[in-house]
Amino acid sequence: MTKNKQKIGIHELYAKDPIEADKLLWGRVGEPKSRRGFLKKSALAAISLALGTKMVFADYFPRGIIPAALAHSSEAFELEGKRAGLIVLNDKPINAETPPHLLDDKLTPNDLFFVRNNGIPPREVNLSTWTLTIEGESVRQSKTYTLADLKSKFKQYTYHITLECGGNGRKEFNPPAKGNQWSTGAVGCAAWTGVRLKDILNEVGIKSNAVYIGYYGKDTHISGSDKVVISRGVPIEKAMEDESLIAWAMNGEAIPMLNGYPLRLVFGGYPASCSGKWLHKIVVRDKVHDGPKMTGQSYRVPCKPVAPGTKVADKDMCIIEAMPVKSLITFPKSGVMLPLGKQLPLRGHAWAGARSVTKMEYSIDFGMTWQPCNLSAPKNRFAWQQFDAKVSFPEEGYYEVWVRATDSEGVAQPMLLPGWNPKGYLNNACHRIAVKITN
Amino acid sequence: MEENRNGINIGLLITSVNFVFVCCLLLFGYIAAGDIIADWFKYSPKVALTNTTKKTTSASHFDKAIDGIHVQTGLVYAEGFEVVRGTCTTCHSAKLVTQNRATREGWKQMIVWMQVTQGLWDLGEQEPIILDYLATHYAPKAVGRRANIDLAEVEWYILNVEED
Ligand code: HEC
Repeated sequence: MTKNKQKIGIHELYAKDPIEADKLLWGRVGEPKSRRGFLKKSALAAISLALGTKMVFADYFPRGIIPAALAHSSEAFELEGKRAGLIVLNDKPINAETPPHLLDDKLTPNDLFFVRNNGIPPREVNLSTWTLTIEGESVRQSKTYTLADLKSKFKQYTYHITLECGGNGRKEFNPPAKGNQWSTGAVGCAAWTGVRLKDILNEVGIKSNAVYIGYYGKDTHISGSDKVVISRGVPIEKAMEDESLIAWAMNGEAIPMLNGYPLRLVFGGYPASCSGKWLHKIVVRDKVHDGPKMTGQSYRVPCKPVAPGTKVADKDMCIIEAMPVKSLITFPKSGVMLPLGKQLPLRGHAWAGARSVTKMEYSIDFGMTWQPCNLSAPKNRFAWQQFDAKVSFPEEGYYEVWVRATDSEGVAQPMLLPGWNPKGYLNNACHRIAVKITN
Repeated sequence: MEENRNGINIGLLITSVNFVFVCCLLLFGYIAAGDIIADWFKYSPKVALTNTTKKTTSASHFDKAIDGIHVQTGLVYAEGFEVVRGTCTTCHSAKLVTQNRATREGWKQMIVWMQVTQGLWDLGEQEPIILDYLATHYAPKAVGRRANIDLAEVEWYILNVEED
C-alpha cells in the first residue's frame, strides 16, 4: 500500500471506483447474490468484522454501495477532499440518493442513479426465459412476450426521461412525514430505450372500458413472506402516451439490477413508483388499479389542502399524478468560497412533471430580487432542462444562491415548503447552496 | 572432522535429518492450523479502512454505545433499546427507524400500518415499551416552515475560477 492510499477514506474509495473499492475493502469480486452468488466467505467475514456483527444479508448487498453502518460513520464525513458516493438511507430495502453535485451530468450515469427499492430484487434473472404478460379485465386476450419478442416485434424508441421519487424532499416537512427521509437526490434523468407501451397494448387489444394499468414485478417482500411488494400503475391515457416505455436499456447499457434489470416501465412526470421495475406482468383494469401502495395513504396527498399535522382519512386522500415544477443546483457544491470580484459559475437542471420549464432564475438576496438564467430546451417531453448563469456578489460575506423554475403554465417553485401532507410528497421548494465571498 | 569410509559427512546427515523433521513439524502445523495461519497473511480490510473508519472495525466497539448511540444500529441506547432492536430490525434496517420522527400516536400509526399491510405481528406487552422508547427518543423537532441550510454539515472549499 502506498502512503497515498492510506489517506483515502471509504467514501472517496467508493466515489472513485465502487467496484474496485468493494474488491479492496471486502474482497467482493462477484455479482451480488441477487444475481449470481459469487460472494466469497472471506468477503463476508471482512464485512462482518468491520460491522462488528454477522452481516446476515451481506450476500444480497449490491456491489459499489457503502454498507449503511459504515456510511453512517461521521468520522468518514470529516475527511478532507472526499467525494461522497450515493447516500444510503436504508440498506434493507435499499434506498440511496445522489448528492446534488454528483447529478451534474446531463444524463445521470447508471452508477449514480438513485435507488428506491420497496423489496428485494430478484436473485436470478434469465434473459431467455424472462417474459412479460399482458392481462386483466380490460384486455381482449391475454398475451405473453419474451424479451426477444419485444425487441423484434415492435419499433424501438429512446427518450431522455426524468424519474423522481414522489417522496423526494420529504426530509424537510414539519411535522415530519413518515418514510425514507429523502433530501434532494431521489431524481435522475437517463436515456431509456425500449418499446412503446401503447404499441403493445394496441397489439393485445384493449376494451373501451379500460381506465388504468397496473404492473407486477419480480421483487420479493423484505419479511420473506410472499406478499406483493408494490403494484402501482397509471391511468390508461398516460399509458398510451408516446414516451411511456417498456425499457430494457438505460444510457445504452443494461438497466442496473437495483433499477429494474432486465425490464421496467418508464413514465415521465409521474412519481417514479409508477414505473415498475423487474417487470413481468401488466394488468389492464376497468377501475383504478388497487395493488399494494396504490391505496391507503401511499403516493397520495389530501384531496383538499390541510393544516400541517392534520390526520387525514384514507377516503380523503387522492392519487398523485403529474409532479410539480422543480430544479436543482448541481454546480457548485454547497459550501463554495470565492474571492470578491470573481463571478460564480452556476448550473443545474430543471423539470416540470408533464409540462416544460419556461423560466429559470436565481437570487442571492433570499428572493428580494431574481436574475435570469440561461435555459436549454428539453431534448424531448419529460427530459430535464439545463440552466446556467454567472453570479456576481456585491461584497464579502455569507450568501445563499437560490434558484427558482417556472413552468409553461406560469407556476413557480415556492421558497417555503409547499402544502404539508401526511406522507411528505411533492416538496418542490427552491434548492439553495451556501456561498462565502472572501477577500 | 570425522569422515567414514564412504566419505559421507555425518554432520551434514544430521542436519538433513533435522531439516526434514522441522519440515514435517511445519507441515503438520499447517495441516492442523493452516486456515488460521493463512488468515494472518491474507489482505486485511483494516488496512484500507484508514484512520477514518479504523475505530469502527473492532467487533467490541461496534456493539457498544458511544455518546448514547448504539454504534452498530445507530439507535439511541436507552431503556427499551433491546426490545426495539429485537423487534424493529428483523425486516428492515434500523436506519428506517432512526430516520423518522413522530409523536407516540404517529409511531402507533406506523406500527398499525405495518401490521395491516406489511406482516408485522401483534407486539403484545412489548408495544408500550417500544412506543415509550420511540416517542421519547424519536420525537418531532419543530423546524418551522423551512429550516436553515444545515451549516454544520457544509464543508467549505475554495473554488478556483478562470480569469475572464
Ligand atoms: C414484518 C416486517 C417488519 C417489521 C418486524 C417491522 N417493520 Fe417497519 N416496515 C416494514 C416494511 C415492509 C416497510 C416499508 C418499507 C419501504 O417502503 O421501504 C416498513 C416501513 C417502516 C417505516 C417507514 C414508514 C412509512 O410510512 O414508510 C418505519 C418508520 C418503520 N417501518 C418502523 C418500524 C418499527 C419502529 C418497527 C418495530 C416496532 C418495525 N418497523 C418493524 C416491515 C416491518
